[in-house]
Amino acid sequence: MHPAIATDRLTKDFPVGFWRKRPYRALDGLTLDVSPGEVFGFLGPNGAGKTTTLKLLMQLIFPTSGRAFILGRPVGDLSVRRRIGYLPENPYFYDYLTAEELLTYFASLFDLRGADRRARVSSLLDEVGIGGERRLQLRKFSKGMVQRVGIAQALINDPEVVFLDEPMSGLDPLGRRDIRELILRLRERGKTVFFSSHILSDAEALCSRVAILAGGRLAATGKLTELLAYEVRGWELVVTGIAADALERFSPPITKVTPIADGRYVLEVRADAQPAGLIGELASAGASIVSLNPVHTTLEEIFVSKVQAAGSAREGALA
Amino acid sequence: MSGRTILRVARAVFKESVRDRVLYNLVGFAILLIGASFLIGQLTAGQDVKIIKDLGLAAMSVFGLFIAIFIGIGLVSKEVERRSVYSLLAKPVRRSELVIGKYAGLLLTVAVNLAVMAAVYYGVLGYMSWSESEAFKRGWEAPAADPRLLIAVYLVFVQLALVIAIALFFSTFSTPMLSAAFTFGLFIAGHFGADLKNFEVVVGDSPVRYLTTAIYYLLPDMAAFDVKTAVVHAQPVTAGYLAVTTIYGAVYAATLVAAAVLIFSRRDFK
Repeated sequence: MHPAIATDRLTKDFPVGFWRKRPYRALDGLTLDVSPGEVFGFLGPNGAGKTTTLKLLMQLIFPTSGRAFILGRPVGDLSVRRRIGYLPENPYFYDYLTAEELLTYFASLFDLRGADRRARVSSLLDEVGIGGERRLQLRKFSKGMVQRVGIAQALINDPEVVFLDEPMSGLDPLGRRDIRELILRLRERGKTVFFSSHILSDAEALCSRVAILAGGRLAATGKLTELLAYEVRGWELVVTGIAADALERFSPPITKVTPIADGRYVLEVRADAQPAGLIGELASAGASIVSLNPVHTTLEEIFVSKVQAAGSAREGALA
Repeated sequence: MSGRTILRVARAVFKESVRDRVLYNLVGFAILLIGASFLIGQLTAGQDVKIIKDLGLAAMSVFGLFIAIFIGIGLVSKEVERRSVYSLLAKPVRRSELVIGKYAGLLLTVAVNLAVMAAVYYGVLGYMSWSESEAFKRGWEAPAADPRLLIAVYLVFVQLALVIAIALFFSTFSTPMLSAAFTFGLFIAGHFGADLKNFEVVVGDSPVRYLTTAIYYLLPDMAAFDVKTAVVHAQPVTAGYLAVTTIYGAVYAATLVAAAVLIFSRRDFK
């Protein structure tokens, strides 16, 4: 089976400077595969090349070199666009059309007609939470409402692959929750979702796999579970039924004791300690174990370290 | 290229532009024409119908030009600037279909706009005819609601089709402000093409003569579309002239739209 999205050494230079134009490499040899049915998070700081990649995939800009495929076909192929949906970053639509008219217009571009089209437009507007406002002209919409309309238009053709560029931007916490739930529903329906974000908690909540982009280059890619489980920083143990001074006896493996309510303590345990042995010893000292959790490196920490490493590599290359 | 897609894009442009400015434009035209007819009727004797005919055609041309330039320059550049083109081009729409659809949409807007203005125009002229005595009307060169006036309206339309193509062409690679300046500049320069041709009389056989002649042939001949004076004074405009002028306008506009498609198809939307 073809990957849903594949890029092969995709590179984009933009000319910069007014008089003597020099190329600025916004994306440098990106090679990436996204499998069908995946929710793929495309992460990176501002200016990392996320939007450039999405624009290349949508053929809004043309690559300097390299190739890109969606559903096994080159991105320039018009038939591919019947099967995809795209939400641009900070979308903007026509001021004088209503939300309903905009969706009807876009639906007609996919040859949807009559009652089918009306039903699709109406159910999508319901799904993104646009109620009575659907008959208002879009110039009267708030940024968050335009974002919702943007998501609805990206789904108008019931696409197999959905590209969302910063889907949470401009949304309040409720709106973000709605979009998160929508992405999860898309995943349940077997859709491939490729979304860019610099908000890591969204990626952590939604993605099966992520790529981290920094300075136009791929800094890391992999399953979220692998990336996060990769580095277990230690253990967090919650115990009860034991006095604080009794805990001091275990001090080499336990690095910190924090009392919480009702005689419970949170114990931070070193990564190299054997939690099973420690639990046995604590139990024999009269403690009851409430919970034990590995402490992973957060996505944010991985993100920061990868981005910094990519930044220093780039500076080194320039020097 | 799909005709249906072009039609759908055109319909959206029509709907948007009608709500945007066209209505104000039409109300402005109606107020100007009806107001002027009453005012001029009070001031002049015998010449009022001719003045209203002239004024109406000139106003149709100016108001049409306003729509053609101010919506035309934004057709593509506004889409790119505001990024609405991003969602549209991710749909099964070729860039050529987008450009041609935009052109067709504005052409339709201008056509409907002209049709409504012409209806108001004939309404005012009809009223003038109805309110005057038969004896008075015998002094007129032509009846008030003369159907031949439509020839001038038609050529205004062909001219505006060309103006839209110019505006669209510039808007594929330039900002709205510059596009407006270029389009308006070409429109004005196009009215004085004949002077360029006659320049050879002034400069004699110098190389400047070839340059002015080349510019004359390159510039759109806007004066060719202006038969207002002829129709108001009931002078004939031949079918041959109409056909040649129409073909000239259509070929010029088609060339510009093709160039716009070419530029737009290669453009990166940064």
